[in-house]
Amino acid sequence: MELLCPAGNIASLKVALNAGADAIYLGLKDDTNARSFAGLNFSPKKLQQAVEYTKHAGKKIYLTLNTFARPSEEHRWYQAIDMAADLGVDALIVADISLLDYAHSRYPWLDLHLSVQASASNLAALTLYQQEFDIKRAVLPRVLTIKQINTLAKVSPVDLEVFAFGSLCIMAEGRCHLSSYVTGQSPNTGGSCSPAKFVRWQEQGNRRLTRLNDVLLDQSSLDEQMGYPVVCKGRYLNEFNQVGQHALEAPTSLNTLSLLPQLAQAGIVSLKIEGRQRSPAYVEQVTKIWRQAIDTYLENPTLYQVKEQWNQGLAKVSEGQVTTLGAYERDWQ
Amino acid sequence: MQISLGPLAYCWPKAEVEAFYQQVANSEIPLVYLGETVCSRRREIKFADYMAIGKMLSATGKQVVLSSLALIDEPSIINELKKLVDNGEFMIEANDMGVVALAKQAKLPFICGPTINNYNLATLNKLHSWGMQRFVMPIELSQDWLQQIISDPKKADFEVEVFARGYMPLAHSARCFTAKQLKLTKDNCDTACINYPKGILTQTLEQQELLRINGIQTQSAKYIDLSQHYLQMQQMGIDYFRVSPFSSACVNYANSLVDFNQTNIETNNLSCNGYWLNQAGMQQINS
Repeated sequence: MELLCPAGNIASLKVALNAGADAIYLGLKDDTNARSFAGLNFSPKKLQQAVEYTKHAGKKIYLTLNTFARPSEEHRWYQAIDMAADLGVDALIVADISLLDYAHSRYPWLDLHLSVQASASNLAALTLYQQEFDIKRAVLPRVLTIKQINTLAKVSPVDLEVFAFGSLCIMAEGRCHLSSYVTGQSPNTGGSCSPAKFVRWQEQGNRRLTRLNDVLLDQSSLDEQMGYPVVCKGRYLNEFNQVGQHALEAPTSLNTLSLLPQLAQAGIVSLKIEGRQRSPAYVEQVTKIWRQAIDTYLENPTLYQVKEQWNQGLAKVSEGQVTTLGAYERDWQ
Repeated sequence: MQISLGPLAYCWPKAEVEAFYQQVANSEIPLVYLGETVCSRRREIKFADYMAIGKMLSATGKQVVLSSLALIDEPSIINELKKLVDNGEFMIEANDMGVVALAKQAKLPFICGPTINNYNLATLNKLHSWGMQRFVMPIELSQDWLQQIISDPKKADFEVEVFARGYMPLAHSARCFTAKQLKLTKDNCDTACINYPKGILTQTLEQQELLRINGIQTQSAKYIDLSQHYLQMQQMGIDYFRVSPFSSACVNYANSLVDFNQTNIETNNLSCNGYWLNQAGMQQINS
C-alpha cells in the first residue's frame, strides 16, 4: 500500500521523502491544478528538480493537472502534459475528459490517474474511463462508506486510491460550486476553493468575524481554534437553530488511521495525504506517523492497533483539531 | 431559443407532483425533464409513475426527457439507473458519468445535465461522439465562456441549454443535510425532506440568505434569473432556456416565456445573475 504525500514546494517534497513517502504529488505554479495559491507549487524548472530528486530517491512522482481546460487557452493544459511526459513523471492526475484524451492519445505509455475532481464513484463511470483512456488508477471521491468502497474495489477495473488524512471536503469533489457562488473563484476553473484574497478576519470586542467576499461565514471567540474558512464549514441560521450552528459540517479533518486494516483488505493501492497548501512541518509530521502506521500494519496485520501518540501527533496539525472518519462511516452521512 | 422545464429537485407528495405535471401538460412548454435527481431514498414517485407522467406529457406533443441522479454512491443504484436508461421511450439526462457510461454502452442518445463537467469544446465533442445530443452548461460558467464554445467552428452538432431560472444546485454530498438539521440519521430519515418543498432556507449570522438545504443537495438561496439576458442568449444561438421549478407559479412563468416579451423581465433582490456575467454566482447585476 502506497503512502502518497503532498508537496507545495521542494522543502515539503524533501521532508516527505525523508519521512517515508512512497510517492509525491505536486502541481504547477498556475491554474492547471486546484491548489493555485500564491507562493505555492512548482515552476517548470523546479518541477524538473523535483522529478530528479524523487527518482534519485527511488520513489514516484505524480503531476496534478486537475482543473478543467479553459476555452481558447487549452494549449496551456496541453503544454503541461507535454512537459510532464518529457520530464518523465510517473503519472498524471487528471479530471478533464479532453485532457485524458490528449494525454492518452499522445503519450500512451504515461500512466493516468483519474483525479478525485472527476467524481467517479461507481463501476460504470470507472469502466468508461478505463476503456476510453486506459486510466490505471482512480482517486475515489469522499462520498462512499468503507463498505461501499469494499464492494467497489472487488469489481473495479482500475486500482483505487483514497484520501486517508487531511482537510475534509464534504461535497462530491469537482462538482461543488459553493466557492464560486460566493467569490466567483472555482477550484474547477480558477484553481482554488475559497481563495485567500477573499478571506477577511475582523475583531469585534471579544469576537472574531470570518468573512469570505464580505459574506459572514463564522463568528467565534478570539481563542477558538479555527480552520481555513470555507462555505461548507460556516456557522449559519435556519428554522432549526436560531443561534448559529455548523449547518453542513464543523471544521474537522479526516483521519482514517483506524480504517487502515479495512482499506488494506479492500485492496486499496494508495493512501493519499491531503495538503499541498500546508507547511513542510505538517507534511513531515503526517508522513512520519502514517509511515509508522502502515509499517506496523504490514509487520503484523492482526495485531494492528492505532497508537494514541499517532492520533495526538496528527491532532496537532489537524484543522479545528477535531478529526472524523467522514463519509467512510455511515453515521456521518 | 425555446423554453424547457427542468426536473423537480424537491421531494413533493405524489398528488402534488401529479397535479404539477397536469398543469405542465396544459402549458405550451415544449421540453420537459422529469425524474429524481437528488436522492435515491425518495420513493414518493416510482419509475412507473414517471413513465406514466412522461407518456401523458408526450401525448400533448412535448419532448420528454428522464433525468437521473447526480450522485451514485450505493452500488445497487446502478441497476435502477440501467432500468431508467433502457426505458425504451424517452431520452435520458445523465447527471453522473456513470449514466453517460450506461447510455453509451446501450448505444442510446443522451443529454448531459448541469452536473457533468463539460468545461470545453474538446470534452463536449468527445461526449457527442459517445451519443450526447445536448448539454446543459455547468452552472458556474459565464456568457463569455459559452460564447467561445458555441462560436468555435470545430463544434459538433449538439444543442446547448442554459440553467436560466431557479435555485441552483451548488453541491452534492454523501451526507443528508436535511436529516442533519432534524437530528435524524440518513438511514432513518423518514424522507423528512417532503416537509420542505423549497428546501430549508439557511442564512448567515447576519441574516443574509445564503443556501437552501435540499437533502444531500445544497442549493443557492437566491434563484438565478437570466430573463434580462434572454435576447442575448437567443442571439448567441442557445437552444433552450431552462426554468428549474420550485412552485406551480414557475410553470406559469415558463409558459409566459414561450412568447417572450419585455414584461417577462423581472429583477429583485431574491434573484442573481453573477455567474452569467463572470462574477460571484450570488450577485445580481442589472444592466
